[in-house]
Amino acid sequence: MTDKTSEAWPEIVVRVLKANEVKLVTYVPDNVLSPLIKLIHADPYFTVIVPAREEEAVGIVAGAYMAGQRGITLMQTSGFATIPNALASLICPFQIPLVMMISERGTLGEFQQGQAIVCRTMRPVLQSLGVEHFAVQDPDQVEFVVDGMIKQAFATQAPAAIILSPLLTKRVAA
Amino acid sequence: MSKANDTVGRDEAKVMNRSELTRQLVGRLTNHEAVIGGIGNTNFDLWASGQRPENFYMLGSMGLATSIALGVASAQPQRKVFALEGDGSILMQLGALGTVASVAAKNLAIIVWDNGLYQITGSQQTLTSKGTDLVVIAKGAGIAQSFWAWDEAHFGSLVDKALGGDGPWFIAVRVDGGKPAGTTDRDPVRIRQNFMGGINAKA
Repeated sequence: MTDKTSEAWPEIVVRVLKANEVKLVTYVPDNVLSPLIKLIHADPYFTVIVPAREEEAVGIVAGAYMAGQRGITLMQTSGFATIPNALASLICPFQIPLVMMISERGTLGEFQQGQAIVCRTMRPVLQSLGVEHFAVQDPDQVEFVVDGMIKQAFATQAPAAIILSPLLTKRVAA
Repeated sequence: MSKANDTVGRDEAKVMNRSELTRQLVGRLTNHEAVIGGIGNTNFDLWASGQRPENFYMLGSMGLATSIALGVASAQPQRKVFALEGDGSILMQLGALGTVASVAAKNLAIIVWDNGLYQITGSQQTLTSKGTDLVVIAKGAGIAQSFWAWDEAHFGSLVDKALGGDGPWFIAVRVDGGKPAGTTDRDPVRIRQNFMGGINAKA
């Protein structure tokens, strides 16, 4: 039996994706996401498509869903800021359960002004589009939140944004 | 015609009619191929060609028909998938051509109707009116099988090649500024559900 207490957040995410039959992963790279990206590339369970832009990733996951395959798209805060039109014109009106995992930059120690500014647009955009979202802050929350967000997205035919807070990804364990 | 496919450039390709060629394309689809129609007149002509259940009509998200088609092609590798784009649309998302090439999507074909215009917003010129050649871009992105259709018969032969052989394929077609032959329904959920039923996908 796996010793779950020793799992880091990327390992937990991989396990939860598999448990929910999320096979297709699309992403635009991000440093915080890189350990998860490495695990996914190393695991033959996943089909991985790496587009040039987050909008493409949204389109690819939407197409795969309509063809019967579950997917997720990984991106950074600034990448999220490039997709509101795709959410508003494709994902929301067609009721497509797009699962997004967004690594949060721009807060709790950001050094780049542009990241800090664009970060402040993320939650207002999610709220104004009515997209379910939740920020994971603690390793103990990862399994429950990721699993719950994925299940709700597919059960309710609605997009979901799982935000990875720096409290989860940057904080050194006590 | 004796010309080799890859010697015909945009300037030499015959200017044809989108409605007519959309009907010709659909007439060649006999094996439940999926067709993803891009925004605007591309979609309108697809709709007017007969509402096949395997058609998806994208109502917004300009530039994403190729990406949606790639997702469908990836999830259902046994089914041929066509993306229909306009020149203005594909110019918005040129990276998608590299993405298609990078995954070597065997069952995907992209057809671009190039009239050099943002026709639906008042026929302003697009970059293809000013020298941008989409076939050169597609080849440069890594889609080796990229061609201009030089006339109606050649278009048909390119579609047949895409139906019979491994892709990805990129077929660019010069078209006139003729009006589309209809307009789509505007109910996104119904469009999605019809499409998912048409390609036997479970939610």
